Amino acid sequence: MTDIRIITANEAAAVAASLCGVQVIAAYPITPQTPVTEALAGMVESGELKAEYLTVESEHSAMASVIAASQVGARVFTATSANGLLYMHEMLHWAAGSRVPVVMACVNRGVGAPWTILNDQQDSISQRDTGWIQLYCRNSQEVTDTVIQAYRIAEHVNVPVMVCYDGFVLSHASTPVDIPDREDVDRYLPRWAGVPGISLDSCMNVNPLILSEPRQFPDGDLMPGYMDLRYRLQEDLVAALETIETADREFESLFGRSWGGLLWEYRMEDAEHALVSMGSLASESTLAADDMRRQGLRVGVIGVRAYRPFPAGRLVSALASVKTVTVFEKDISYGYGGAVAMDLKAALFDTELRPRFSSFVAGLGGRDVTPEQLVRAATAAITEEPVHGWIDVRGR
Amino acid sequence: MATKAARELPSQELILPGTRSCAACGLMLTYRHALKALDEGKTIVAVPASCMTVLHGVYPITPVKVICINNPFAATGASVSGIVAGLKAVGKEGYTVVAFAGDGGTYDIGIQSLSGALERGTNFIYVCYDNEGYMNTGTQRSSASPAGAITTTTPVLAKLQHKKDMIGIVEAHRIPYIATASPAFPLDLYDKFVTAKSISGSRYMEVHAPCPPGWGFPNKDLIKMGKLAVDSGIHVLYEIRDGKFSLTSRSLRLAEKGRKKSVADYVVGQTRFRKISDEQVRRLQEFCDERWEELVKRHNKDNG
Repeated sequence: MTDIRIITANEAAAVAASLCGVQVIAAYPITPQTPVTEALAGMVESGELKAEYLTVESEHSAMASVIAASQVGARVFTATSANGLLYMHEMLHWAAGSRVPVVMACVNRGVGAPWTILNDQQDSISQRDTGWIQLYCRNSQEVTDTVIQAYRIAEHVNVPVMVCYDGFVLSHASTPVDIPDREDVDRYLPRWAGVPGISLDSCMNVNPLILSEPRQFPDGDLMPGYMDLRYRLQEDLVAALETIETADREFESLFGRSWGGLLWEYRMEDAEHALVSMGSLASESTLAADDMRRQGLRVGVIGVRAYRPFPAGRLVSALASVKTVTVFEKDISYGYGGAVAMDLKAALFDTELRPRFSSFVAGLGGRDVTPEQLVRAATAAITEEPVHGWIDVRGR
Repeated sequence: MATKAARELPSQELILPGTRSCAACGLMLTYRHALKALDEGKTIVAVPASCMTVLHGVYPITPVKVICINNPFAATGASVSGIVAGLKAVGKEGYTVVAFAGDGGTYDIGIQSLSGALERGTNFIYVCYDNEGYMNTGTQRSSASPAGAITTTTPVLAKLQHKKDMIGIVEAHRIPYIATASPAFPLDLYDKFVTAKSISGSRYMEVHAPCPPGWGFPNKDLIKMGKLAVDSGIHVLYEIRDGKFSLTSRSLRLAEKGRKKSVADYVVGQTRFRKISDEQVRRLQEFCDERWEELVKRHNKDNG
C-alpha cells in the first residue's frame, strides 16, 4: 500500500534514516537542521526506532561519536548545517581517512560571519576536499530516496556520504512524499557487516601513526604508507562514480524512481544552451529554461547531483553539442569564482569542447533568486558577451 | 582487598617489549600496570594525539595487545561515547572501554568532550596521565603545568599560574568513581584500576606521570620523582567513591603519622624548576599545604 505523507525535507531525511535502520545517531542542534534531530530523538524515545541517540555537546563530538560507533560496527547517522559543519571539519577528514560509511544530512545554510540562518551552499562546498561523497537534492522525495541510496553507496565503497539539501527552501517546505516500504528498503540495503579489516575479536590499532614509507608486517607483508592509503581513497572516490549510478539504477528497479545518478537533464535533447546548477537552484533553472525556450532560445538544464566525486565524463557528454554553458551557484571560492563553474571549466578543458562559458554566484545567505533573474542573466550571457558575475547585488 | 606485594600482581603483560615511548616513561609504567587489571580481548582503548599514540607504535606494528582506536585531540570523550553506544547498538557485551589521554588532551583541548561524556553518564573509564605539559610536542605549557615550571612556551618567566583543579571540575559531574594514582605506587594504581573496572558508569582516574625529558631529571630517578611528588603533597593519592573521599596508600600513611617532605625537596632535582624563586617555592608550598589540609579534613570527615 502506498504511504504518501505531506512532509518537509527535514522530516523526510529523518524518516529515511529510520527506514535504513540506523543504530547510532549523534547530533547537535543548529538551524535549519534541528527538525531532523528532533524527529529522530522522538522516534528513539518512543521506541519506534531501536537506536542509541547521543545528545552530544558539539558537532565535532557528533562526528567523532558516529565515526567511533561505525568503527565498532553500527550503522550511523547525523545531520548538521553551516557553522556546525565547519566545526566538524577536522572530523570530516577523519571519517573519510578512517573509511567509515557515515551518512550525514547537510541542510545547506550560509556561514558566518556575518550571521545568516538562511540558505546557500557555502557550507558543504567548503568541505569539498575532505574526501566525502556529496550528493545534492532538489526536493523532499529525492532527499528520502538519496538518504537510502547513500547507505548503499557508502557501505559499498567505504567512503562517507553527505546528503545536501537547501535550508528552509527544502528543509522547511512541506510537499507530498512517497515513503518507501520498509521491506523494500531492507531488500535494497542489506545488513551492514562492519568496516572491513576491523574486528573486535583481534588486537588491532585503528588509525595508528603511519609513516610515509610502506613498512612490513613481521611476516614480511608490505603494508601501505600514508600516501598509498590516500591514493586508495582517491581511487575509490573515482570508482564511486559508477557506484552512485548503479545505486540509483537499482533503486529505480525496486522503487520506480530514478534521480539521474550523477546528474539529471531537463530538455537537453536539442539544447544549444545549457544552464548548470545544483539543488533547488537547478530546479528553478528549469523554469528559466522554459521561459527562454518561449523566447526562441533552445535552452536545457543539467542538475549536478554528485558534486564529489565530480562527474566530469557525464557532464562533458551532456554538453557535447551545446554552444553555451551558464552556471548558477550558491557558493564561491573567494578570490576566484564559483566552485561548480571552476570544476566544469576544468572538465571541458580536457576535451575539444569550447562552449562560451558564463557563471553566476546567486542567492547567498538566502537572497531570493527568481526565475526572471536567471532568465535575464542567462539571456545576456548567451546573446551578448560571456560573463562571470553575481546576480542581484545591491546597496552601496 | 588491597594488593600487598608486587608478586601478587597478575603476570599478564599486555605490553610487549619494544614500545616507542622514551626510556623511563611514567606513562609506560602506568599503562603496564593498568592493563594488568584489564582483560585481553575485552578492552577497547581510545587514544587522542599524544605520547600514547607514539607508545602504541607505528603502523603496522604495535607492542600493545589491546584494541586501540585513535581519535583527534579534542575528540576523546566523544569517541568513547560512540564506541560505547555502538557496542550497545550491535549487541556486543562485556567490553571495558578506556580512554587514555594526557593532561593537554584532558585539561585543555579535550575538556568539552570529556564533560559531555561524563554528564551523559557514559559507561567508561577515563584516564588522564598527567605529565604536566605538552610533552609529545616538546614540553609546552598546559593548564596542568605547575607554577614555577619552565616550559618552551614559558621559557623566561616560568609558569605563573597554579595547576587547574581538574578533579574538582570532574567531581562536579557527580560520577561514581574518581581516583588519583602514581606509577611510583603501582600496587595502589593497579587496585584502583580493578575497582574502576568493577563499577559501571563514568569513572575518572588521574595518574601523575613523571617525564624525564620534560621535567629534566635522570631516567633512573623516575620512581624517586613519583614518590617525592606524593611525599611532598604535590600529588595526593586518594579515591572518591560515590562522593566518599578516602586517602590511600602513602598519602593515607602520611596523614596518619608521617611527615610530609617539602616542595623544595621536590623541585630541586628537576631542571624545569631551575629558575624558580624562593618566593615561588613558598607560594607552591602554600598551595600544596592548603590542599593537603582540605583533603585530610575531608578524609577524616568521610572516614570518621
